[in-house]
Amino acid sequence: MNFSFIHQIFSDYTLQVVLLGSLTIGISAGSLGAFAVLRKQSLLGDAISHATLPGVCLAFIITQSKAPLILLIGAGIAGWIGTLLVMLITHHSRIKKDAALGIILSVFFGFGLMLLTMIQRLPSASKAGLDKFLFGNAATLLKEDLHTMMILSAIVFVVLFLLWKEFKIIVFDKDFAQSIGYRINWLDIILTTLIVVTIVIGLQTVGVVLMSAMLVAPAAAARQWTDKLSIMVLLSATFGALSGMAGALTSSLIPNLPTGPTIVVFVSLIVMFSLFLAPNRGILSDYVRMQKHRKNIRLTSMLKNLMLFSEINTDPFHPHDIAALDAIGRGAINKTMMELSKKGMAQQFADRRWALTPEGLRMAKRLTREFEDKIYDQSTS
Amino acid sequence: MISPQVEIMILASLTAVACALPGVFLVLRRVALMSDAISHAILLGIVLAFFVTKNLSSPLLIVGATITGLLTVTLTELIIKTRKLKKDAAIGIVFPLLFSIGVILINQFANTVHIDADCVLFGEIAFTPFNRLIVGGVDIGPQSMWIMAGILALNIIFISLFYKELKIATFDVGLAASLGLFPAVIHYGLMTLVSITAVGAFESVGSILVVALMIVPPSSAYLLTNRLSHMLFISAGLGVISAIGGYFTAQIFDANIAGSMATVSGVIFFIILIFAPENGLLAKFIVKKWTRWDFGASTLSVHLLQAEWSHAEATELITGHMEDHMSWSKQYTSEVIAQSIQEGLIKKQGDKLMLTSYGREKAKNSISKG
Repeated sequence: MNFSFIHQIFSDYTLQVVLLGSLTIGISAGSLGAFAVLRKQSLLGDAISHATLPGVCLAFIITQSKAPLILLIGAGIAGWIGTLLVMLITHHSRIKKDAALGIILSVFFGFGLMLLTMIQRLPSASKAGLDKFLFGNAATLLKEDLHTMMILSAIVFVVLFLLWKEFKIIVFDKDFAQSIGYRINWLDIILTTLIVVTIVIGLQTVGVVLMSAMLVAPAAAARQWTDKLSIMVLLSATFGALSGMAGALTSSLIPNLPTGPTIVVFVSLIVMFSLFLAPNRGILSDYVRMQKHRKNIRLTSMLKNLMLFSEINTDPFHPHDIAALDAIGRGAINKTMMELSKKGMAQQFADRRWALTPEGLRMAKRLTREFEDKIYDQSTS
Repeated sequence: MISPQVEIMILASLTAVACALPGVFLVLRRVALMSDAISHAILLGIVLAFFVTKNLSSPLLIVGATITGLLTVTLTELIIKTRKLKKDAAIGIVFPLLFSIGVILINQFANTVHIDADCVLFGEIAFTPFNRLIVGGVDIGPQSMWIMAGILALNIIFISLFYKELKIATFDVGLAASLGLFPAVIHYGLMTLVSITAVGAFESVGSILVVALMIVPPSSAYLLTNRLSHMLFISAGLGVISAIGGYFTAQIFDANIAGSMATVSGVIFFIILIFAPENGLLAKFIVKKWTRWDFGASTLSVHLLQAEWSHAEATELITGHMEDHMSWSKQYTSEVIAQSIQEGLIKKQGDKLMLTSYGREKAKNSISKG
């Protein structure tokens, strides 16, 4: 095993900046993404991040400066205007949300591309570098960029912390929040603004095209593991940080590997892992639960069938032919009978004949009684 | 022999119309953002198909990309079906992944693939006249123009053949299912059409501007009409205007053509959003204002009529009275009174308000209507 790699991380200045930068992005996008996903605003992030491009370009055209703060302020303003326009279109016209998002996303981005090509054809010297905003480039992060990102995310977290309770209520029950006197319009605008700022933080590293995935994917993964908002936000931030760091590191070490797409691949792996393997909500856990249910239904219906058969006979423990049981059963007859006998509820006689045990009869009677009670309750209620 | 400029404009217009037609159904079916997902994801299909064929103009690229487009739709719907994630989150996860893999592959094999990440976003419409289609030694125009014309023809044929089915499945899924029209089949048919169109348009306008051409003109048209057939024609028309307008804008500013097309289509959209005769913001504002005034005027005249009947003119008809009686604001009251006087509903005598005969008629009308 070669540990020079780890040594390199701790000594290489550029790598440190890259790692800290992607850590900051991962944590802030992960936390705010939780709110976006829960409020079904996943694609708003996509629209906002595309909408920031003309802001970056206009900020550069107006100021002729590439200082990160100026470009990011331009991005933020454009993203914010885009969001407001989405709200205006959906609230005041017949255009639906999905189309409004698509319009803002594509028109703003198109305008941004128009400006970007105009800038690239300008004769000025410091024009290069703006196109890293498209797919992001972790390797070009400077200490100055890092400081801007950290200050912005600190502001985001202070607001998030102060308004935690309010945000929680508007995420889960907007009507209730309004009825107890919260100004939900303002909270809406503040929360959306925080999302805009978060997107802006990630632009240089992840790029406008894929920044939305940074917002949606960690939160979507975290949602599978918990039903509690606080834990979801923490998990989402962790997933964001892990995939951000892994992606940024990989793309810095391997040439020609764009950062944004690499991070997206890592975070998607986490999403897939969570979708399949999360306890309780995961697909695997669903499958196990369903098999259990199926088995339960097979066993109880067979018990009831055995009881029905036994009622024809004077002796309740009279054995019956497996073929007869199979005819009215729910399939997998041999397996079902073996499982029942393992539970001590049925016993096998010669010639593949089966009978209830006293324990099995008791169980069958209890199940029938419970079933009838339920039917009775439903018919009277 | 037509000039390259005209060829570019023809290609841009063909692309715009080809995108607008399926776009109408995307907008109406509220799956507009599927075009975003599909147009991104097809990049992976194009790259993978290129690795197989080693030829950028192979028709297999269209097949590969169309398959990835459908894969995106299917994957998204699979995730939604598990109910682990909502629709928007599912879309927001599937296409960035497929797109990312595509971009990574392009960057890793940049030497062998003649497409780069920029052309994915920018489109290369300005270069399309260089790639000629030569049949039997005769140059019959740029290759992509013919491809796009073919895709447009396909869209027109599909939509006219299944017009009735598409219409019913769009506006009433339940009815479509009960008539045995298989709305799911129609849905996937439409998505196939969107994928094929996106692949064709991708080369010339880039992935995100496919979204602009598919969503923006149909949304503008949606503000102008309530008829599906009109919406299709208006969208196509607006698409052509955006394409040609975009071309000239790009010439003026020396900017990217596809970006300019999207910008022009956006400007047209916002103009229509504000000024559309029935659904525009301005029209709605005026109707709202008028309704507000009409309500106030009717209330005021009914109030005055009642006062007349109960012979309480002296106390009832004072200007300031409506404020505390109806708890109207001072501003609204004076607005309503001023407007009513101007419209000849009431007249003012000193501090008192009196109904005119026209106002009395209106008041009686309002009462009998109620």
